[in-house]
Amino acid sequence: MTKITSKVYINVGRFGVSMAPFLFIALVILRLFLSTLHNSKTKKMAHPADVQLLNKALSGIGVDEKSLISILTKTHHEHKRFIRKGCSQFFIEDERQFERWDDSAIKNLKVEFKRFKDAVMLSLMHPWERDARLLKKALKKGPQLYGVIVEIACTRSSDELLGARKAYHSLFERSIEEDLATHVKGTERKLLVALVSAYRYEGPKVKEDTAKSEAKELLQAINNRDKRKPIEDEEVIRILTTRSKPHLREVYQQYKKISGKTITEGLEAEILLKETIECLCTPHTYFTKVFETALREDANEDDKKALTRLVSTQEAGNLKGISDKFAHKIEERVKGAYKDVLLGVLAKGQMSGQA
Amino acid sequence: MATIDVPNQVSFLEDAEALRKACQGWGTDEKAIISVLGHRNAAQRKQIRLAYEELYQEDLIKRLESELSGDFERAVYRWILDPADRDAVLANVAIRKSSPDHHVIIEISCTRSPEELLAVRRAYQARYKHSLEEDVAAHTKGDIRKLLVALVSAFRYDGEEINTRLANSEAETLHDAIKDKAFNHEEVIRILSTRSKMQLMATFNRYRDNQSTSITKNLPGASGDEFLLALRTAVRCLNDPKKYFEKVLRSSIKRTGTDEDALTRVIVTRAEKDLKEIKNLYYKRNSVPLDQAVAKDTSGDYKAFLLTLMGKED
Repeated sequence: MTKITSKVYINVGRFGVSMAPFLFIALVILRLFLSTLHNSKTKKMAHPADVQLLNKALSGIGVDEKSLISILTKTHHEHKRFIRKGCSQFFIEDERQFERWDDSAIKNLKVEFKRFKDAVMLSLMHPWERDARLLKKALKKGPQLYGVIVEIACTRSSDELLGARKAYHSLFERSIEEDLATHVKGTERKLLVALVSAYRYEGPKVKEDTAKSEAKELLQAINNRDKRKPIEDEEVIRILTTRSKPHLREVYQQYKKISGKTITEGLEAEILLKETIECLCTPHTYFTKVFETALREDANEDDKKALTRLVSTQEAGNLKGISDKFAHKIEERVKGAYKDVLLGVLAKGQMSGQA
Repeated sequence: MATIDVPNQVSFLEDAEALRKACQGWGTDEKAIISVLGHRNAAQRKQIRLAYEELYQEDLIKRLESELSGDFERAVYRWILDPADRDAVLANVAIRKSSPDHHVIIEISCTRSPEELLAVRRAYQARYKHSLEEDVAAHTKGDIRKLLVALVSAFRYDGEEINTRLANSEAETLHDAIKDKAFNHEEVIRILSTRSKMQLMATFNRYRDNQSTSITKNLPGASGDEFLLALRTAVRCLNDPKKYFEKVLRSSIKRTGTDEDALTRVIVTRAEKDLKEIKNLYYKRNSVPLDQAVAKDTSGDYKAFLLTLMGKED
């Protein structure tokens, strides 16, 4: 045995000593060869793991800051080049032979990065200023955001809504009803102006026969909707914009009793009225719906913005149960610090809801 | 400026005692009541009520209600309430009439400041367990309802800024609406119920400049149309409240028989505000001092009380 090993050793040693330089050179050549092979073969697929990571970090609601940091801290110039080549949804081949950011991707990124900042700002703002600014924005943007006006006017307490009106005076040197009445042209004007002007009684006292007769009036208006739109019916507006919330919830119940349906079932075509009733009578249903829409694959930017608005404006108690229902979806679709804010606020809701 | 005469030193305990004494025993000493309450402002009256309650475990207001009667009682009752509470009571009384008193509601919603109107709405809820706009809406219909609900729900911007371009265009809008008599009520209601008071006054001035006549002259006062009448009242209250109150006083006294409701309402609600200027206007217009006219048309304790509120020395 010893004979053999020593023979090998001597052999190897002798072999190694004499072959070492050649081996070394061969290895270097091989390595170069392999890396060029690597280059030419994978112009589109370099570092697939990082490409995937970037795609994931920047797609969805919010951005995954941690992943981005891990990618960016690889200062390797070549590495970033490969990533650019691999992420065709963010970078496009320019005719002057370099990979440039896609403009629509830049726009999208602005929006996604802004989400956390908006959540922070909105959450820290005085509730009155918050609502006044939201109302102004909704008013400026137009009909597609009138639902936000309904949401604010109907889900705040009477004094909170009053506060928002005061803040509006401070911020914009006009009254909210003044601006609404000037800018809203169509049939929605009466409803919206009346909703923001309301100072509803908040006591529990409810007259059952009044609720019954008003349920009947609503039923009549809804049954006549082919002849006249309910939003143009004086009595509908009166009932929805002046009665107290406990009273309206009684009206909602009475309506179900006499017609077998809910008020909202009869108002499928009148979105604003439908949302008015939901916000006043069944706010939890409304919030659940907003969350659901925001977390869908085909959600648009206004839908997604609702998430920030809801978590920073609603008392966590109002969002009770929503975190359970949507926890999975949130994990899937929402990223980074923004996701943490969402989950954190919803968890608080769970806790305070159980308190 | 206020007309009531308030002494420098006031003791609420002494006042409460004096009122108690006035209500005790056989009959009531109305003069004593007038001499105390007629010379106290709203904050002091509130303290007196509290002192009375503490001393005698009784609500002073209820006591007075049971001791007094007639126009005098109604006047004292309104006087002793907090201003916001008082307006709430006045509004409720006006609403509940079988034919609601629109002009009282318009008067309250248009002559009070935005914060005062908010206080009225709160007081109304506390007292009647309904919102003011709820009750107004439930007791009215059509365009009147739209106008009144909008006016009582308004929370006008209280700044001084005026947009002259807007004043001009809205003066035109108002002119077109009135001239056409087809009356685009929506636009008129919008302007009157949402714009700030300063902005509205600028608009009314522009109207007068453009049309060479004031807007109220073009809103007929004697038509049977209740909406037009309401509009006129609103415009007059918003444009020049003192002038409006002078007219109400003048009408209430001139009538065969006096409209005590209106007389009491104006004197009680303005005595701590601008009754002095209203008196001056009255004199300019009628060449007779208001005190004299009131004295001629009223009698007894009611008269004595009103004159005290108007600043007459005891």
